[in-house]
Amino acid sequence: MNRDAALQVGRFIILVLTQVMILNHINFLGYLNPYIYIIFILLAPININKSLFLFISFFLGLIMDVFGDSGGIHAAACTIIAFFRPVALRSVFGLSYEFQTLKLSNLGFGERFAYVTLMVLTHHIVLFSLEIFNFSHILLIAKKTLFTSLFTIVITMLVLVLFRRNDS
Amino acid sequence: MQQIINFLTRNKHSLLFLLLLLLSLIFTIQSHSYHRSKFVSSTNFISGGVYGWQHSVSDYFRLKKENERLLDENERLHNRLSALAIDSVALKHIDTLSFDKPYTFIKARVIKNDYSKIDNYILINKGEKDSIFPDMGVITDKGIIGIIENTTKNYGRIISILNSNSRINAGLKKSDQYGSLVWNGKDPNIVQLETIPRQAILKEGDTIITHGRSTIFPRGIGIGTIVNYKLNQNKSYYLIDVKLFNDMTNIGFVYSIKNSDAEEIKSLEKPNL
Repeated sequence: MNRDAALQVGRFIILVLTQVMILNHINFLGYLNPYIYIIFILLAPININKSLFLFISFFLGLIMDVFGDSGGIHAAACTIIAFFRPVALRSVFGLSYEFQTLKLSNLGFGERFAYVTLMVLTHHIVLFSLEIFNFSHILLIAKKTLFTSLFTIVITMLVLVLFRRNDS
Repeated sequence: MQQIINFLTRNKHSLLFLLLLLLSLIFTIQSHSYHRSKFVSSTNFISGGVYGWQHSVSDYFRLKKENERLLDENERLHNRLSALAIDSVALKHIDTLSFDKPYTFIKARVIKNDYSKIDNYILINKGEKDSIFPDMGVITDKGIIGIIENTTKNYGRIISILNSNSRINAGLKKSDQYGSLVWNGKDPNIVQLETIPRQAILKEGDTIITHGRSTIFPRGIGIGTIVNYKLNQNKSYYLIDVKLFNDMTNIGFVYSIKNSDAEEIKSLEKPNL
């Protein structure tokens, strides 16, 4: 196992444990929990094997579901953002993604913010639609998605800044 | 044939995506129907172990409150005991609580408690090893918590009353009218009591209790008090907001209720179905 794979595995385990043991119990204002475990999907290497990536993302979501007794909602949301990540990358970064020269660790703040926002919003819309599972509660879905997304985006940006690898 | 294989290899990512998505949707749909969400459950060895370990740490932060609650309960039980001792008729029927005999209580500790989602579950640290099985009721000293839904050897999962799939028979303390207790997903301290007929006479502050019409809960366990009520659209029954006696956001110990007559009663009911 080379160094990069070990880093990914370590990140996976740490994110899952942090999410399950600390962040799922925050309940800010009664119901807001940030779901930062998707940082794993955000930061996965660009040139990763696509099928493998889909499987890992599904598995990551399933672990969240097992811990949260939530059926398959995290698994579905994670699979969807893993599948659409290339679309998000292309729409935010354009050419540098096409030529595979992109490095997520040395991007400008604005681009990274756009990328995180896009992914988090997609994830949360799917997540809460499936959790509530009732379109007569569409306002509740919108409310939960909006506030939780704000919370998640802020925490995610903080984590990305704090734990940046110094490659220089 | 060649074309089919070509098609499969060309679209293998999309197909894999659709397969995984379908799988997760099946899990989701199962979890929305009562008693079928057994596959993805936190009662397994790993997640139960992690929660147990986490709880062994976070337990210390709650000790003081928990002690106070136990002292309260002790005080109440002592008072009841002394009242029984004076009454010589009641002396002959001393049992754990004032309920009929078939019920026994098994204590358990909550190691995971949700209340911020729409479908909430509670995990306890006892399972089949301690003779806890599905369809047993769960209470605290103050009132009801939910019903055991899924058990493994060491862990049990409770479907909390704060769950959109939960339906529990409940009624007024002062009359025999009853309805079903549901939750609308908004406030973890308020649940809704439906289908109380309009003939019932209600007042804010009335007590709601379990009615013992199923084999799960004995009659007379407290649930909460009425804070608000109104007639439904076609004015045939009341919709009642009930404030729970329990603080669902802070549960330490629970008792699960074993009804030793449950099978006998169910075998009687079966031919009528």
